[in-house]
Amino acid sequence: MEQEIMLMKGNEAIAHAAIRCGTDGYFGYPITPQSEIIETLAQLRPWETTGMVVLQAESEVASINMVYGGAGAGKRVLTSSSSPGIALMQEGIAYMAGAELPGVFVNVQRGGPGLGTIQPSQSDYFQATRGGGNGDYNVIVLAPASVQEMADFVDLAFELAFRYRNPAMILSDGVIGQMMERVVLPPMKPRRSEEEIRRECPWATIGRSKDRPVNIISSLELDSQEMEKRNLHLQEKYRTIREHEARYELTTTEDADMLIVAFGSAARIAQKAIELAEEEGMKADLLRPITLWPFPAEALREAAKGKRGILVVEINAGQMVQDVRLCLEGSVPIQHFGRLGGIVPDSEEIVGELRNFKKQSS
Amino acid sequence: MTQENIVYKKPTLMNDTPMHYCPGCSHGVVHKLVAEVIEEMNMEERTIGVSPVGCAVFAYRYIDIDWQEAAHGRAPAVATAIKRLWPDRLVFTYQGDGDLACIGTGETLHALNRGENFTIIFVNNAIYGMTGGQMAPTTLLGQKTSTCPHGRDPELHGYPLSITELAAQLDGTCYVTRQSVETVAAIRKAKQAIRKAFEASMQGKGSSLVEIVSTCNAGWKMSPQQANEWMQENMFKKYPKGDLKDTL
Amino acid sequence: MAKGRIEIDSERCKGCNLCAVACPQDVIELAHTQVNTHGYSFAQAKQLERCVGCAACGIVCPDACITVFRETREIK
Repeated sequence: MEQEIMLMKGNEAIAHAAIRCGTDGYFGYPITPQSEIIETLAQLRPWETTGMVVLQAESEVASINMVYGGAGAGKRVLTSSSSPGIALMQEGIAYMAGAELPGVFVNVQRGGPGLGTIQPSQSDYFQATRGGGNGDYNVIVLAPASVQEMADFVDLAFELAFRYRNPAMILSDGVIGQMMERVVLPPMKPRRSEEEIRRECPWATIGRSKDRPVNIISSLELDSQEMEKRNLHLQEKYRTIREHEARYELTTTEDADMLIVAFGSAARIAQKAIELAEEEGMKADLLRPITLWPFPAEALREAAKGKRGILVVEINAGQMVQDVRLCLEGSVPIQHFGRLGGIVPDSEEIVGELRNFKKQSS
Repeated sequence: MTQENIVYKKPTLMNDTPMHYCPGCSHGVVHKLVAEVIEEMNMEERTIGVSPVGCAVFAYRYIDIDWQEAAHGRAPAVATAIKRLWPDRLVFTYQGDGDLACIGTGETLHALNRGENFTIIFVNNAIYGMTGGQMAPTTLLGQKTSTCPHGRDPELHGYPLSITELAAQLDGTCYVTRQSVETVAAIRKAKQAIRKAFEASMQGKGSSLVEIVSTCNAGWKMSPQQANEWMQENMFKKYPKGDLKDTL
Repeated sequence: MAKGRIEIDSERCKGCNLCAVACPQDVIELAHTQVNTHGYSFAQAKQLERCVGCAACGIVCPDACITVFRETREIK
């Protein structure tokens, strides 16, 4: 089959990819800078072709609880929002984590706190990687750095979510959501049949059958002994995910003595900064975590070996840098560079930071 | 030799798990009716219930169908997705007045207004039972609860919310009714209402809301019998029984 | 009048007394000197011979404790 190459926004790519990877339902609420996702779906009318349900809900709170309901019934269900809306969804996400439901949600981040700004940001890193709602839990977090990855990560997020019965998040930002790039759309994959859902999701609430006891989707357990067991089971699952699913991209430069760690759109800018720095004779590698949770700790420790310093570039006040510090435990000098309020750092600024950092550490 | 028929027994769909409700609580009767109707419609294997947060949170323990337990007030959103994704299933929510008429007002009214093809069973006992008897949106003026110990005062607490009347105004609803379960006659009518609502859901006629005006004798600090009488005397004035809308 | 009979699952019963209130034949009362394992004075038939099998007790019972039987015919 010939590849379909198109030029589109990251948000549009999410919508196209969702239809193509057999998504059963999208439930969402408009918010800048991600409204193109639901707008594109409304334009494409997948309910007439694949049978995918698209519904504009009354709020983000309702959207995520629709995802809870759909996921609990074994369907591939998606929602999307931007930072303040994702904050509203945290209740539902915690319930999904507790009930072990495999939904996917997209956060096209904007600056905060509060209503903040509609300009891009990466300031929801803590919220995304620490659970976000109440209780001890984690969601799988994928951070795309291109429109292509926006398209590719929808199916990947569903695969991981269902493999582990855990919510998965695509943590994007206003840069990736709004910019247009060439994208190869994934091949069409049919939605799963009822038989396939019965087989793959024996826990799903789709009406009890004679060959199994009733299915109950719930995050509630009042017996503390049982609740501790449930929590230990979750922790065991998270351990397995940490062991098997850490993803990253490492770009090396010969004889590099510095390392930049950056994710998403900041990594794109850092890539350019490394090219500029090399012209000045400064050599740096770039580690781009693709999964923010699980954090690619092992890869970072490897990449940090022999480096004189590590610069963590983020579009926030210093969030992922804490994971980098936890991971390296003081073995290498670490600095953070970030811009706030919706300002995206440019590559020249990053080169300047690298220059100063090198000066200090030599 | 004498032959005899069973003329009444526990619904088959209701299991042997003892219910956690207080003695005389209306929830048990409503649970029985829901179980009986599902059985009579032969929908045991095609029904998904959504339970609330509140006293009925454990409804899933007692009726042997597939259930999802929703976050507080969000049952209509959960049910919306289940029904849209599995349109040939019977989907219903079972919610109390705190869940449905307070924290979940938005989800409730919007699901009903969209005409989602499921039924909401709304148990209104004018109090928060599970948390120990606090004021609910439906608490009557003058009624005493632990958070309005001197009686509900509109100056302080606002007015009781007649959400079922609101639901009847919405274009998406096909059947909106208010029933009770304190007498044999009332129970028979309530069961007919639930059956009618469930059938409308399966026929894709729109949303149905069946309010059951109920007692919470423990929260009201009365005997079950006194609570029934108090309900008839006081609750029915504010929440009159009967069909508020019937387009079927 | 038809003749009936009831069986009460006294372990399920919580002694709410609503069956006794609903019974038109005054068949049921709470056990005053006995409790079940949950500590409830359970409902019991004090004069079963008066039962007509109308099922009112069963229908109003919130805990689904009561099974109601009615005689169909007598075979000599």
